[in-house]
Amino acid sequence: MKMRIFVPRDAAAVAVGADDVAAALEQVAQKRGLPVEIIRTGSRGLCWLEPMVEVATLKGRVAYGPVSPEDVSSVFDSMAGNGQHPLRLGIADEIPWLKRQTRLTFARCGVIDPRSLDDYRAHGGYKGLERALSLGADAILTEVTSSGLRGRGGAGFPTGIKWKTVSQAKADRKFIVCNADEGDSGTFADRMIMEGDPFLVIEGMTIAAITVGATKGYIYIRSEYPHAVEAMNAAIAAAQRGGYLGTNIGGSTQSFDLEVRVGAGAYVCGEETSLLESLEGRRGIVRAKPPLPAHHGLFGKPTVINNVLSFAAAPFILAEGAKAYADFGMGRSRGTMPIQLAGNIRHGGLFETAFGVTLGELVDDIGGGTFTGRPVRAVQVGGPLGAYFPRALFDTPFDYEAFAARDGLIGHGGIVVFDDSVDMRKQARFAMEFCAIESCGKCTPCRIGSTRGVETIEKIISGERVSENLALVEDLCNTMKFGSLCALGGFTPYPVLSALKHFREDFVPAPARLQAAE
Amino acid sequence: MTGIHEPWDETRGAEIIAEHAGQEGATLVILHALQEAFGYVPEAAIPMVAQALNLSRAEVHGVFTFYHDFRHKPAGRHVLKLCRAEACQAAGGDALAARAEAKLGVSMGSTTADDRVTLEPIYCLGLCATAPSAMLDGRLVGRLDDKRLDALVAEAQR
Repeated sequence: MKMRIFVPRDAAAVAVGADDVAAALEQVAQKRGLPVEIIRTGSRGLCWLEPMVEVATLKGRVAYGPVSPEDVSSVFDSMAGNGQHPLRLGIADEIPWLKRQTRLTFARCGVIDPRSLDDYRAHGGYKGLERALSLGADAILTEVTSSGLRGRGGAGFPTGIKWKTVSQAKADRKFIVCNADEGDSGTFADRMIMEGDPFLVIEGMTIAAITVGATKGYIYIRSEYPHAVEAMNAAIAAAQRGGYLGTNIGGSTQSFDLEVRVGAGAYVCGEETSLLESLEGRRGIVRAKPPLPAHHGLFGKPTVINNVLSFAAAPFILAEGAKAYADFGMGRSRGTMPIQLAGNIRHGGLFETAFGVTLGELVDDIGGGTFTGRPVRAVQVGGPLGAYFPRALFDTPFDYEAFAARDGLIGHGGIVVFDDSVDMRKQARFAMEFCAIESCGKCTPCRIGSTRGVETIEKIISGERVSENLALVEDLCNTMKFGSLCALGGFTPYPVLSALKHFREDFVPAPARLQAAE
Repeated sequence: MTGIHEPWDETRGAEIIAEHAGQEGATLVILHALQEAFGYVPEAAIPMVAQALNLSRAEVHGVFTFYHDFRHKPAGRHVLKLCRAEACQAAGGDALAARAEAKLGVSMGSTTADDRVTLEPIYCLGLCATAPSAMLDGRLVGRLDDKRLDALVAEAQR
């Protein structure tokens, strides 16, 4: 019997040598004269173990990792002989880090061949769409609304209400737009699901389309994600061939088609109205709201615009029912969140779990602390616009409201860990600098405020009238927070103010420290 | 990204523009296609795009200059992008960026005098759990350290 070996093609695995490992496996198999089938999957999300290679056995898939090309020959012999190996991790599904997750959205990621529609269907794919087609629009809206699903891009707006608004709008054309402009540092869940289970995104968008009566959809993917662009394009072509896109989708009377559009390196295009401008072929300048995209969106037509993970949650909700999803979570944060553990962390990767897990559990217990082995000093949650939290706030549960109550945000679910060598003045300066680089320029608090912010923090760093300039930065932050048009200028104060509040000692150094500073 | 690019040719440019001009909101699509073919967006192409899409030159120029990706002149033979965002900073990215600048003798965002290497910052490749990361001519590299970075720089200089 042919050995079936699984090697990820996920960008994070490829970046640490997965392609070389796959090639080496082919060579060794040929040398040993053993027939093998190498299947390129997505990533399971245990990034510190990448490249993680699996072999199918009667007991399940056995994993090895991290495998370098030099390990391949001995790993292959262990696979063929079912012997021991220092890199052997046991049955993949039984690895504790994976087993303690609740994978509703990422259930198939790393398991199936993302290029194969048959594989997707064999693992429960398109069950959500089938049920959605039998339910009709009103019942779908009820399901999505009662699941409690909120926008996973960061804003947390109820998805069901957004869809309902578009479904009630009258227009000759409506659009579905998937925001795959995942620019936040520390986040990679959108990339992983697009590369590892792209049909799921297509299915979610298709469910939205039949609900609101849209016939055309766009996936706007950032140009920094070439692997995701390739995976989505391949999946769209396969779905078109399989009758899941185009006319009469899934044997119904509905039509829907999809197109990938690639961004061009502008962070602000992750903001939904800026993204719509970009899709229309213009500068990514933020639009004033109202009108909402639901009424006046792409090309002026009613548009559902959601994050990748929001669409990707819909198939489960439709297939298993709203309750199955809403049973997970806490408070008004229902279901699961694919959390991304990143930066200086020992066990980094994708950890999907119900809302309610604490920040401390995520960083210390699941993440295992830092990979440098030094103490964790700060974590930034929610990307470049998210607050820096100290250890004192590690009891905060992962929940939209709990983070907001502590002047933070969960954003898109990224957690970046810093050890005690971090200089929080530098991080605060960077937050302002990044805003200055990426500001679309439409509103003054963001465009000018960010540049003045960099200058003022630099004065603080050089010890110039520190207390006056600290007060000035705080005042400036308030102006940006309340006077900016979108989240870029409006949320840049979060990392800055949290650094000032929780890590004050870095900004007002003791005299000895002052002399040592640059 | 880099690799073999065609020299600018007006007829070829017109072909590329015509190929995509029928799409809705085609400006970015066309600019990407032009850059893929020629390695940059030649200034002569801007009025051609404007003409094809019934836009003003100013509008197309505005789009071209808004986005970080579009180049107004060709890059070096190789493009090395280092991630400068927070997750990579947390994993030692600042020191690596300084090292790359020192090795190449250029600052971020510029090209070596021999036109061999363009060194650029990039804000997040989505490889934040295998940080720090880089991209050399479209190839991703994670878990960068001094040794890996030196190898990448040497490869780019070849």
